[in-house]
Amino acid sequence: MNDRPLTEIWVYLAASPLLWLTATLVCYLAALKVYRLGGESPLLNPVAITVALLIGLLQLTGTRYQTYFDGAQFVHFLLGPATVALAIPLYRQRDRLRALALPILVALLVGVVTAGLSAVGLGVLCGADPVTLISLAPKSATAPVAMGISEKLGGLPSLTAVLVVSTGIVGAVLGPGLLRLLGCRDDAVKGFAMGLSAHGIGTARAFQVSPVMGAFSGLAMALSAFATALLLPPLLRWIGLVGAG
Amino acid sequence: MFDATGAGPRGGCALLEALTLILICQFAGEVAVLVTGLPVPGPVLGMLLLLAWLWRSGEVSERVGRTADTLLANLSLLFVPAGVGVMIHWERVRDQWAAITAALILGTLITLAVTALTMAGMQRLLARRREDGDE
Repeated sequence: MNDRPLTEIWVYLAASPLLWLTATLVCYLAALKVYRLGGESPLLNPVAITVALLIGLLQLTGTRYQTYFDGAQFVHFLLGPATVALAIPLYRQRDRLRALALPILVALLVGVVTAGLSAVGLGVLCGADPVTLISLAPKSATAPVAMGISEKLGGLPSLTAVLVVSTGIVGAVLGPGLLRLLGCRDDAVKGFAMGLSAHGIGTARAFQVSPVMGAFSGLAMALSAFATALLLPPLLRWIGLVGAG
Repeated sequence: MFDATGAGPRGGCALLEALTLILICQFAGEVAVLVTGLPVPGPVLGMLLLLAWLWRSGEVSERVGRTADTLLANLSLLFVPAGVGVMIHWERVRDQWAAITAALILGTLITLAVTALTMAGMQRLLARRREDGDE
């Protein structure tokens, strides 16, 4: 029989981190190709496609998430350094930051509080439990930050990751239309709102509209990452969703 | 021998230096969070430390900038391993899909609108005050 060596190869591969690390990269590159072929439509978000492909593969092969993560953790680890690296686009925008300091600061505070309260409020209204609510609360912040907050407060970081990506897609698809309806014509304002609400995915969309909109979106993403990390835990404690300390 | 990578020994070193700077900032951030019990994730504090460092040195050196751009250009890939984790929360998402959908769509639209209107309103307010000051 020929399938015995094949089984042995599979047993060997399944036990090594190489298989799922490679699969993650291959699926992502395939998803990027689909995204480009589809005219970079936000509906074809590469993260969503990659996740769907990988879940399909894991189910087909009967692989547990823990086994997958043993390989994929090398990619996951880079979220930390990527968060630190956000300091660089922020620093590059320092001149605009100074010129518009007050409107930006006020919009940042109001926006971050609105993002947290609207997610939790709508979740409560529709009957979500506390763990889901905590996982939802940081969804407008960029993923590494949102996941860190979710984990610290007792949410589910992996659920938060999916919610963050979904939020980005919603913002990228509906954001430009909504801002037009509201009569916003200033690209700085539009970009800032996109980056604060829909982080990196919103920023990618904003860059398609104009460079100014993209730059302000990136700025909002970096600022809201920090403001969310600082403001959301006390906010959730204040409304009684998270215990003190 | 490093030339085989196409980057050359100096290119490789520059990347290494930039990565080391980023990792040191993250490390310092994580340690500071452990020591002080601050409610922010360690990497976020690391981001502030790097920002302070850049402000002090007065410029982004090309190698640090290029390394950061590479990391951030592929930011989406880094969400994938955690995103696949939704498979272990499948039942939660199915049971609470209405709440999750409402928070995702309405919550995001509300946040977009409130942020845009606040910033536009503040700019208008400041412009008006400046005009009054000029008269």
